[in-house]
Amino acid sequence: MILEGKIWKFGRDIDTDVIIPAKYLSSYDPKELGKHCLESLDPDFSSKVSTGDILVAEENFGCGSSREHAPLAIKGAGISGVVAKSFARIFFRNAINIGLPIFECPPAVEDAKPGDVMRVDTKSGRITNVSLGREFRAEPYPQFIQEIIAVGGLIKYAEKKIRKKI
Amino acid sequence: MGMTITEKILAAHVGRDQVRPGEFLMLGPDLILANDITAPIAICEFNEIDRAEVFDRDKVIFVPDHFTPNKDVQAAQQSKLLREFVKEKKLTYYWEVGRGGIEHVILPDEGLVLPGQVIIGADSHTCTYGALGAFSTGVGSTDVAFAMAVGEIWLRVPATQKFIFSGKLNPWVGGKDLILFVLGQIGVDGALYKAMEFGGEALKNLSQDDRFTVTNMAIEGGAKNGIIEPDEVTLEYLRSRTDREFEVLKSDADATYEKIMTIDVSGIKPQVALPHLPSNVKPVSEIGQVLLDQVVIGSCTNGRMEDLRTTAKILKGREVDPEVRLIIIPGSQEIFEKSLEEGLIETFIKAKAVVSPPTCGPCLGGHMGVLAAGEKCLATTNRNFRGRMGDPGSEVYLSGPAVAAASAVVGRIVGPEELF
Repeated sequence: MILEGKIWKFGRDIDTDVIIPAKYLSSYDPKELGKHCLESLDPDFSSKVSTGDILVAEENFGCGSSREHAPLAIKGAGISGVVAKSFARIFFRNAINIGLPIFECPPAVEDAKPGDVMRVDTKSGRITNVSLGREFRAEPYPQFIQEIIAVGGLIKYAEKKIRKKI
Repeated sequence: MGMTITEKILAAHVGRDQVRPGEFLMLGPDLILANDITAPIAICEFNEIDRAEVFDRDKVIFVPDHFTPNKDVQAAQQSKLLREFVKEKKLTYYWEVGRGGIEHVILPDEGLVLPGQVIIGADSHTCTYGALGAFSTGVGSTDVAFAMAVGEIWLRVPATQKFIFSGKLNPWVGGKDLILFVLGQIGVDGALYKAMEFGGEALKNLSQDDRFTVTNMAIEGGAKNGIIEPDEVTLEYLRSRTDREFEVLKSDADATYEKIMTIDVSGIKPQVALPHLPSNVKPVSEIGQVLLDQVVIGSCTNGRMEDLRTTAKILKGREVDPEVRLIIIPGSQEIFEKSLEEGLIETFIKAKAVVSPPTCGPCLGGHMGVLAAGEKCLATTNRNFRGRMGDPGSEVYLSGPAVAAASAVVGRIVGPEELF
């Protein structure tokens, strides 16, 4: 899959309370959650995002709570993927499990400016900053995670396991 | 080659002699946990799995605690979904509002957590149970759905960082001050993906309640789990809670640690985390003038008996500053009842505190003490991210119960010694 969109850039330690405040956790509808995504940092964020845009952040993106609502809100806001220097571990699991493509690639973050156009080849991990004409390579997922992605996510993986196919 | 306690527990769960950091394992957890926020998504995902059944009714536990007693209609619907699932699947353990409390307080107190277990929970503070020598870690709702159906979870073996507390504790210093101090040293991603193993003489002198506070906040350093080798204090606690058998595992003398940090606690005074990160930590004496609107004492971090006893020691015969709202939340119905018996609740009420039923409520800005723009709150909870307890323009400071209670009396952040 090829993702392409404008860059929205954020700093380090973007926590799950900022991604989706707890007052909205009475819902788990991605579209509804998406309306409030990152609103504490930018009240108009969700209305400014165009479908397919890419979120870029520094270290420890998604730290804090285990709420799966965080990657759901990002997806619901229309963001196609996240590129960061590093991810908090529960957010990493949740993003993989719900099918939000995320990539660790410090040099791509370093050079990224808000509004630049970024292209990500999710299969090869090739990240292109189209505006700068520069190319980067994301850390490949460990083999085990690639298997989960290949069968279509953790729930599909569960079905295969239950039918003893894995 | 030796192994850490974390590696030994994981190896035992895959029937092997040895595991190494970085390895992926698929293993069977002993307990699977979710709450009224995370269970609804897990239930929906579970229902998507063709022919899924709950693999073991004794091992799946749903606790309504975050937005309960139900804060609004939507929260009521989420709790109802959880409750109906528990009934339909005939899950063994369930504590209704009025019988239970905060998940990480009640599971150990009900004798369900044992040393050597693997526990996963769709709540980041699942790492609390490491205080009893279990491997426990927070996961997502889809992970819980998968584990409920398959009886397994995927985990990568974490490298271990060891934190040794040496020296003698200063007055009014407890588990919260130690873990805040560590977070101040390592930052909110200092232990990202790692196991944090806590030990040392000073830790051995901490009560079991204080130890739960230490492991509870391992996640605030980005850790996968926090863990403490069981000792006599832990065994005594366990004996009072369960008669089930268990094996006590300990780290080998030649275990490999990624990093070892020795902390002389005699230099640690009561600590406070300033907005907006739990790692933004200073000794209370260096905080300066911070006037408070609200103080919250409770949560899975500091809502246990020892916390409430410390609070009562300070509030006894005193009154909360008239400009401050003090909210005290016993972590469970059992703790509430014990606090009543010990006269703590009377002390709180006479001090003009409000006592709430057990709930996570204000910690995550749910209900029972949400903040307005510009308000400042000192809380014994675990996170002070922007907007965590309400409006993005509010500010949360974190401390242990002694500093929180003293500050509620004075009206600004102070150390308890100012009152004695």
